[in-house]
Amino acid sequence: MLNYIWSFMIIFAVLFSGFKGGMGEVTTSALNGAEEAVTLCIKMCGVVSMWMGIMRIAEKAKLIDLWTLKMTPILNFLFPSVPKDHPARKYIATNLIANFLGLGWAATPPGLQAMVELQKLNKNKECATHAMCMFLIINISSVQLIPINTISYRVIYQSTNPTEIILPTIMATIISTLIPVLFAKFMYRKGEN
Amino acid sequence: MSILVTASDWIIPLIMVGIIVYGMLKDVNVFEAFIEGAKDGLKVVLDILPTLIGLLVAVGMLRCSGALTALSKAISPMLSFSHFPSEVIPTLLLHTFSSSASTGLMIDLFKTYGPDSFIGRLVSITSGCTETIFYTMTVYYMIIKVKNSRYTLAGSLIATLSGILAAYYLTLKFFGI
Repeated sequence: MLNYIWSFMIIFAVLFSGFKGGMGEVTTSALNGAEEAVTLCIKMCGVVSMWMGIMRIAEKAKLIDLWTLKMTPILNFLFPSVPKDHPARKYIATNLIANFLGLGWAATPPGLQAMVELQKLNKNKECATHAMCMFLIINISSVQLIPINTISYRVIYQSTNPTEIILPTIMATIISTLIPVLFAKFMYRKGEN
Repeated sequence: MSILVTASDWIIPLIMVGIIVYGMLKDVNVFEAFIEGAKDGLKVVLDILPTLIGLLVAVGMLRCSGALTALSKAISPMLSFSHFPSEVIPTLLLHTFSSSASTGLMIDLFKTYGPDSFIGRLVSITSGCTETIFYTMTVYYMIIKVKNSRYTLAGSLIATLSGILAAYYLTLKFFGI
């Protein structure tokens, strides 16, 4: 799937600008994109390493086990195919908490570790499991509680009431998380793996 | 407002202090544990880098080709039966590929229409309830080399669409046109 999306993006971009004109800019933005990825990774190195360091302390102090235990009912509902004592659960729990608090950078490392652990439970290594689909759908649906970045931009552009969007945003987030979770849950039921 | 800003300033330091103090109480060598974790962090980022290069090259080319603008122009007439503002569509389309690029477009809309306009409120809400689909899917699946993502894309598109529809409906209900 990703194979096709990626190829399609590039082929479509080249065909379209060939038709419209401005191929030189496409070359420049391809090179810029590659450079941007490296710049982003250098920035990520610091933040991701910092969070992984902090998380390792929490792991060694058994704090992660504690909040994973607290989230048992949610995890059981969302990921019935992940065994109770499996390490995937603690990474999933940490990722969900970080997302909920709006700490995107802190959510990525446990998210990736969760995928690695879920892959160990996978029988067909090239094909995603139900648990992986559910986990990514939740991550993409965004479960952030307070949209703090948007609020700060609203402040900068002189909104008379920058926080008025909090309640509707929370309501919209709940809807945009609940509906796909129900969809994934429905798909989950249809097959076993 | 000020309470929220203060709360967001406090959250990361509080988490750090909380975890470190808890670790010390449990007799963990906290600095050693931190360094061990940070070392793994570098490995994680290095694992993501090739995927990120591939992704950002493709996104950059697609944005620059004007294909997304053309696509939003094609979608706009289909929405003429509702009050849905076509100005928002490029931001929403771009958001599925890259959040930083779509934040730029959101700021443009704030500048042009103001954050308290219908358009300003609508993008404020949609930006909070959707995430970048392709970035997340690519990075998470490439790291474990899964090729068949099954219904992840379908579920993500459902998430995005239901988020946009909910945001539109709630903006109308809460603030009116």
